Amino acid sequence: MAKTLVDKVWDAHVVRSVPGGLDVFYIDKHLIHEVTSPQAFEELEARGLPLYRREQIVATADHNVPTKNQHLPIQEPLSRSQVDKLTENCAKYSIELFGLGHQNQGIVHVIGPELGITQPGMTIVCGDSHTSTHGAFGAIAFGIGTSQVTQVMASQCLLLSRPKKMRITIDGQLQRGVSAKDLVLHIIAALGTGGATGYFVEYAGSAIRSLSMEGRMTICNMSIEMGARGGMIAPDEITFAYMKGRPYAPEGAKWEQAVAYWNTLFSDEDAVFDVEFKFKAETIAPMITYGTNPGMGMALDASIPTNVAPGEAASFESSLKYMGFQRGERLLGKEISYVFIGSCTNSRIEDLRVVAEYVKGKQKAAHVEAIVVPGSKQVETQAKAEGIDKILAAAGFELREPGCSACLAMNEDKIPAGAYCVSTSNRNFEGRQGPGARTLLASPLVAAITAVEGRIVDITQYLN
Amino acid sequence: MEKFEVLQSTAVPLPQENIDTDQIIPARFLKATSRQGFGENLFRDWRYDSNGDRKEDFVLNNARYKGQILLAGKNFGCGSSREHAAWAIYDAGFKVVISSSFADIFRGNALNNGLLPLEVSAEVLERLFAQVAQDPQTLLIVDLKGQVLRVPVWEEAFAFDIDAYKKECMLNGYDDIDFLVNQKEAIEAYEKTKPWEY
Repeated sequence: MAKTLVDKVWDAHVVRSVPGGLDVFYIDKHLIHEVTSPQAFEELEARGLPLYRREQIVATADHNVPTKNQHLPIQEPLSRSQVDKLTENCAKYSIELFGLGHQNQGIVHVIGPELGITQPGMTIVCGDSHTSTHGAFGAIAFGIGTSQVTQVMASQCLLLSRPKKMRITIDGQLQRGVSAKDLVLHIIAALGTGGATGYFVEYAGSAIRSLSMEGRMTICNMSIEMGARGGMIAPDEITFAYMKGRPYAPEGAKWEQAVAYWNTLFSDEDAVFDVEFKFKAETIAPMITYGTNPGMGMALDASIPTNVAPGEAASFESSLKYMGFQRGERLLGKEISYVFIGSCTNSRIEDLRVVAEYVKGKQKAAHVEAIVVPGSKQVETQAKAEGIDKILAAAGFELREPGCSACLAMNEDKIPAGAYCVSTSNRNFEGRQGPGARTLLASPLVAAITAVEGRIVDITQYLN
Repeated sequence: MEKFEVLQSTAVPLPQENIDTDQIIPARFLKATSRQGFGENLFRDWRYDSNGDRKEDFVLNNARYKGQILLAGKNFGCGSSREHAAWAIYDAGFKVVISSSFADIFRGNALNNGLLPLEVSAEVLERLFAQVAQDPQTLLIVDLKGQVLRVPVWEEAFAFDIDAYKKECMLNGYDDIDFLVNQKEAIEAYEKTKPWEY
């Protein structure tokens, strides 16, 4: 029978089906970080359970780490205590940890792929909703709660219902200045912030196939922003070329064997999806969000809608009030005082290259504070090797050390109340970047141009 | 996990759609290493201003509304996977959240903590908001065994869905860990067949 990609990978991980519809579902890789793991270790100990498969866990410190002076002890006592707890737990259970100062440290969803830990056909979980990122490799990857973190620690399994399947096909060629971020913001704006709840989404079509792995990760990363359980893209030559030679990727005969298996991971021609959507790449413009959920996005030069979707009136009104915007208003010309380039959505080397290429020889607007937070130590090292650090510094951008940073403002990197921030991150929720902060989500290119101009502009006029 | 059978309570209405877990518990309060005490920061930035003073117009600060049932707009719990959101709601004394839809991860987290996510139609939710606004003393009865939400003042009852296994867990106070740990034999057998480990 014809199968979808998600079903192929799902079926390969069912230990057994439980009467009533749930599957005992096997997890290949478990990524942990300092914020959602301490209570899981505590629970494991309270129940007197052993850690079942420590070699399938990888840990890093990312969510609340400072992005300055990482060689010094963490100043903030609660953050330090969480990071210390992670170090302690990893030592106790012999779990591989890429802590602060380690050459492999970074945002959990950046380091998994860059180290070759993330592989096609795998199942990957992490106590973080943006685990959907890893689906870009044709893995089933999704965020879990801390109780589930404990379950995976104790059994390497979860009890899950099989997801419904959605396919989103984007054919055609993206216009100049339009990136993967714009594409996914466009899709989320079309489907809404809860539009894919209950579904695993497969992204397909020629526009997806022509994206780099970095772009594909950006797309899958934001699947959760429309409620999807996960996002997936079938692996292909671009995937294999990205993976080959990475430290944890298979080698030699095992590589050949792996690629042969990975080549079977695609949706069969007659596979049936519960629902399908199609988009044309040419119709997608550079995007920006104007509200307080990622579904409230529009083309940069568009106007904020005057008509609200039924059943969204209350959140629409409170969103605009929070943001200080009016119905029907255009954002072009709005002054912006902060630009944040980073997060598991857009902090990879390709993102930094886009920014550097644009700002080279230019200067940020005087009133703008622009920070660039690389996704990992490796991205930071690579950026320095390419001279990106010097280009950014000359343009008045501050290159920091890796972490989640101002995406969720658990560390010191916060946007002040009332200030507007154009951010390459994934969520524009109220207070996400600090209490009262106003976030406008956009691509790295839009963020870079905004920083230079100091206001929102129609970027098409700024491209050579 | 505490057992859940029947709950009779008034409800606290939060008629807003797409309430994300950053509103339920802002990230800056996720720095604890234990599960306790999150309730005091539930809806922190809606409940308190930047000086830490109560915002009197927010429903949790309104003495008119009390109860162990939270009534909220559609797509409740979207965003982050932080289980702290479910812990905060439970810790603040709620046992049930009624909405017309829930984000998947939040739903799972709630069920793993004895907090019942109860889904009703958009129409019933609208009626409940109107009813509770008009009479905050309106009693609702959540009968998990019978899978029914009763609204005595209307003399009406609404069936709701819940996975049969999850229902048994809530009724008995069990969680998935016991079940999964007992699958060890099957899990070990499965591991020997893994085709993708290279």
